[in-house]
Amino acid sequence: MFPEIGHFALALALVLALVQSVLPIAGASRGNAVWMKSAQATAIGQVLFVAIAFAALMQAFIASDFTVRNVVENSHSLKPMLYKVAGTWGSHEGSLLLWILILAVFGAGVAWFGSNIPAETKARTLSVQAWISVGFLSFLLLTSNPFERVFPPPLDGNDLNPLLQDMGLAMHPPLLYFGYVGFSIVFSFAVAALLEGRVDPAWARWVRPWTLAAWVSLTAGIALGSWWAYYELGWGGWWFWDPVENVSFMPWLLGTALLHSAIVTEKRDAFKSWTILLAILTFSLSLLGTFIVRSGLLTSVHAFAVDPERGLYILGLLAVSIGGSLALYAWRAPEMEPGGLFRPISREAGLLVNNLILAAATGTVLFGTLYPLILEAVTGDKISVGPPFFNAAFIPMMLALVVFMGLGPFLSWKRADIAGLLDRIRFVAVLAVIAALAAWYLLNGGPIMAYLAILGAAWLLFATLREWALRIRLFEVPLAESARRARNLPRASHGMTLAHAGVAVLMMGMIGSTGWKSEEIVFAGPGTEVTIAGFDITFEGAAKVQGPNYIADRGTLVVRRDGELVTKLFPERRYYPVAESQTTESAIRSTLAGDLYTSIATPASDQVNNAGAWTLRILYEPLVNLIWISSILLVIGGCLSLSDRRLRVGAPRRAKQPASDAVPAE
Amino acid sequence: MKRLTAGLPFIAAVIFGGFFLWGLNPDRDPNEIPSVLISQPAPAFDLDPVPGLETPGLARSDLVGNERPVVVNVFASWCVPCRAEHAVLTRFVERGGMRLFGINYKDKPEDAVKWLNDLGNPYERIGSDLSGRTGIEWGLSGVPETFIVDGGGTVLFRYVGPVVGPDAVERFTQALKQAGALPNGAAL
Repeated sequence: MFPEIGHFALALALVLALVQSVLPIAGASRGNAVWMKSAQATAIGQVLFVAIAFAALMQAFIASDFTVRNVVENSHSLKPMLYKVAGTWGSHEGSLLLWILILAVFGAGVAWFGSNIPAETKARTLSVQAWISVGFLSFLLLTSNPFERVFPPPLDGNDLNPLLQDMGLAMHPPLLYFGYVGFSIVFSFAVAALLEGRVDPAWARWVRPWTLAAWVSLTAGIALGSWWAYYELGWGGWWFWDPVENVSFMPWLLGTALLHSAIVTEKRDAFKSWTILLAILTFSLSLLGTFIVRSGLLTSVHAFAVDPERGLYILGLLAVSIGGSLALYAWRAPEMEPGGLFRPISREAGLLVNNLILAAATGTVLFGTLYPLILEAVTGDKISVGPPFFNAAFIPMMLALVVFMGLGPFLSWKRADIAGLLDRIRFVAVLAVIAALAAWYLLNGGPIMAYLAILGAAWLLFATLREWALRIRLFEVPLAESARRARNLPRASHGMTLAHAGVAVLMMGMIGSTGWKSEEIVFAGPGTEVTIAGFDITFEGAAKVQGPNYIADRGTLVVRRDGELVTKLFPERRYYPVAESQTTESAIRSTLAGDLYTSIATPASDQVNNAGAWTLRILYEPLVNLIWISSILLVIGGCLSLSDRRLRVGAPRRAKQPASDAVPAE
Repeated sequence: MKRLTAGLPFIAAVIFGGFFLWGLNPDRDPNEIPSVLISQPAPAFDLDPVPGLETPGLARSDLVGNERPVVVNVFASWCVPCRAEHAVLTRFVERGGMRLFGINYKDKPEDAVKWLNDLGNPYERIGSDLSGRTGIEWGLSGVPETFIVDGGGTVLFRYVGPVVGPDAVERFTQALKQAGALPNGAAL
């Protein structure tokens, strides 16, 4: 019965979304306050009904209701409870339902908290949000009903893909979707602003918290996905420039640009049409990601079951939403007045450079991701674009970005004082060069690009800390006074410091784990010894182990350093009989200095190696954990900024306080 | 001018949309890499043996004039899937009577020798392609790749990636049988 309730709730949500897509916007153009107000109720009603549908699907998974096709295909009665719950969003249908739920949550969020937004803007925004809801709800109901029954019901299910049975991945889609779909509300704000033909600093202030919230989740989601790939896939890498990774990365890059350009719109009333364009494009790239993952357009290790009909439907949705909004942009954007003027050396200019580089980087990733498709369409040649292209094109851009990132916060609005600026950063530049030279002296060896990157990371870290120290006048005034100043700084300012420092830490992790990685692949029998990065590792053999829904070969590795026992590692190769597939469970010794990463693969054949020989893969990745730590810094930085009084959703604005006074610019 | 700039994103979106629509064609499989070599004569090459190995080198003339079609496998000791594939190919040689030639692609001779000593050497001849030049002639997209070449020197079949796992082995077996490259195929 629950599945029918869920199905019915979805249909009701669609009806509400249809009403919401027409009534409030009509009310806004006619000045009918009641029609405008109706969005409040329909948005909240929508989230309720979609939540009921989601709960119904989850109930079917928890109870292992094998009369529902989706449960049969993606679950199994023996599966641990956590993964039964996670199975709800493990399939195409379920994840789409989650997508719609988050869409509805953001709509209801604006309806609920957006009391400081003028009624007309709010009504238009919620109507636009409802257009997206209508598109995706009808897509779900017409082509991918998650509640479809199957008769006769089978005795047990087909199990969820074992690769996906993992804590990190259970949490990855919800966070990622929260980020992806969170940009929908920013998109709706942008389209509403275009319809109104007015963008002002207040608009940017309403948009920023939603952008930040989406950005924070997307950051966490991407980091979790990368972490999952790192320890679950058994390849020992954390980023592969796979199309599906790229499509989640592009909205992040452009969303980062949007965060920064919205500051300029808010503070200086400039970059207006650019901010609008970024808002539209960021969500467009999220939609593009949804499309690419679900249509089988490109090859990837990810991807759901492919169905051309679904692909066509989503492409239709894309054509209407992206095409429509960009056409609207082409029509209305030229009428927007340019805002405040600024000098070539000013904070505006710094943020402009930031935006240009981020947009160019997004374009590069987009081009690299779609190039195989375009080339195939034009010439018929089939190629794949791999890490060499992305590394060659992307890394130099990021290094340039880092230079400006260190500089930017020192600049003041409108017109910066060049002499004073040079005075303040001279010391930082010298320190960064010393750090890079010290690294060169200590490490001797490694790619030259890595040292440039070390220079960049050190520059960014020192510049960020210096700027923070200047703000609180650290060591210039007594410590207690500095602490008082730190407390009085707006939280957004601390957030920026933390996030920028996070990027510097991220770079260090990336440099360490790519530039100084060591790797050994050996064909090992019991007693085989491997030496890597100062560790002596002995393979003691492998044994069969029985898990809840799998059988595993578990290897035992004894790790010693200078003859002393460090730890024992147990990498596994798991076989899931129901799903008939295998996964690698790598065993990792994690320290801040680096990860000792081991994985084991099945012996090639019994004939060749009857002595019980295994393929062992052992890697040492220095500093790799800094990548995950930096992701946490980025997320905390974003949250701090989000909690800033100025941005707090629904907080009353301080009366008669011009916005530009909120953050003292140096 | 301003109007034109504002319209650019829209135009770009329409162009991308056109490509997407084309890409949705259900007959299109992005995973499949067709070979330009199928039904074409195998490229000319003459490779020296791997130093330190008694197996002789490989040239195009070794592939021509054989009684049955032969198999050319491109491998390297640094390639992990090759290890897995090695056992499968060995089985085809030992049980099926397949004739196997190897191209050792961009590999250090001492590594290749160690690899073959560890795993066994099912190859009749092995050419050392240190520069990767021959790999280009064959149009490699990666290692391993496996080709079936008939007595006239024509490439009949190409397999990209390791022949590992039931599906791949089945496809490869079918291709071998069709080509008539397995004298005692029944034993498989």
